[in-house]
Amino acid sequence: MASLISDTEPPSHLHPTSTDLVRRKKRLSVSSSSASSSLTTGDGDSHARWRSEKQQRNYSAKLIQALRQVRLSSSSAAAATSSPPPTAQKRGKAVREAADRALAVSARGRTLWSRAILSNRIKLKFRKQKRQRPAAIPAVITTGSSSSSSGGRSKKRRVTVAKLNKKSIPTVNRKVRVLGRLVPGCKKESVPVILEEATDYIQALEMQVRAMKSLAELLSGSDLAPQRG
Amino acid sequence: MSSRRSRSSRQTGASMISEDQIDDLVLQLHRLLPELGNNNRRSGKVSASKVLQETCTYIRNLNKEVDDLSERLSQLLESTDSAQAALIRSLLM
Repeated sequence: MASLISDTEPPSHLHPTSTDLVRRKKRLSVSSSSASSSLTTGDGDSHARWRSEKQQRNYSAKLIQALRQVRLSSSSAAAATSSPPPTAQKRGKAVREAADRALAVSARGRTLWSRAILSNRIKLKFRKQKRQRPAAIPAVITTGSSSSSSGGRSKKRRVTVAKLNKKSIPTVNRKVRVLGRLVPGCKKESVPVILEEATDYIQALEMQVRAMKSLAELLSGSDLAPQRG
Repeated sequence: MSSRRSRSSRQTGASMISEDQIDDLVLQLHRLLPELGNNNRRSGKVSASKVLQETCTYIRNLNKEVDDLSERLSQLLESTDSAQAALIRSLLM
């Protein structure tokens, strides 16, 4: 099987179309052996990591298994230990947690947030998502021309970060703190750690959204299929 | 990643990390964001705080989308029981 790793596509077009995902899922059993042979090659760049085919197959498989377990635990809700009570919200939350756990596992424990998700699960705590305080103070933008220019890295145009002067540093710090509260497990980390975790977390979330959307379309599409007895 | 550590003149007392590193990370973050308003007319600088603000909004949106999708999936999972079991079995085999 050729080229399992799709290289860094531009993030603006996310269209692994649902047919793609269906085809990928159908080839799960065949490709699982070959997927294990081609190990994480796109590790240096986090972009490639979350967009590779192998990663998506990995996650889809785990997601399906996790969802099956949720379904089984909810169907046998008689005396199960952690069965969600029959309310829609609780079941939705159970699905979300299962999906997050599958996501965290496919991160292979290299990131903070994935470890936080898994350890929170073990501690039987729910992940709290605090609301952000409205940051109404606008930042001072100084277009200093001597700021760092990353010419070789940005793809099409030269984008640089505006120079951080003394007035904007506490603002930036505060926003980074807020961001750290959004990403699981990064509430007390330093600024560069939070930024790095956020980039990885965003890509993982994007992949999760794509996978769940395709799965939902798949299931609802089969719903319209001829009814079974 | 960043080999330009020469400009570490201003070190905030809390983090002791050079500005260059933070700029690099912010740029990386900016590239991930959906580029709605950042068309070619902003071809110059990006404000770090704006990038962070958009990042927070984007993460919250993604979380909300995942929540909605998981609710929808939970409804789908319980509604079609036998059909879905057959489907999943066929997917996994």
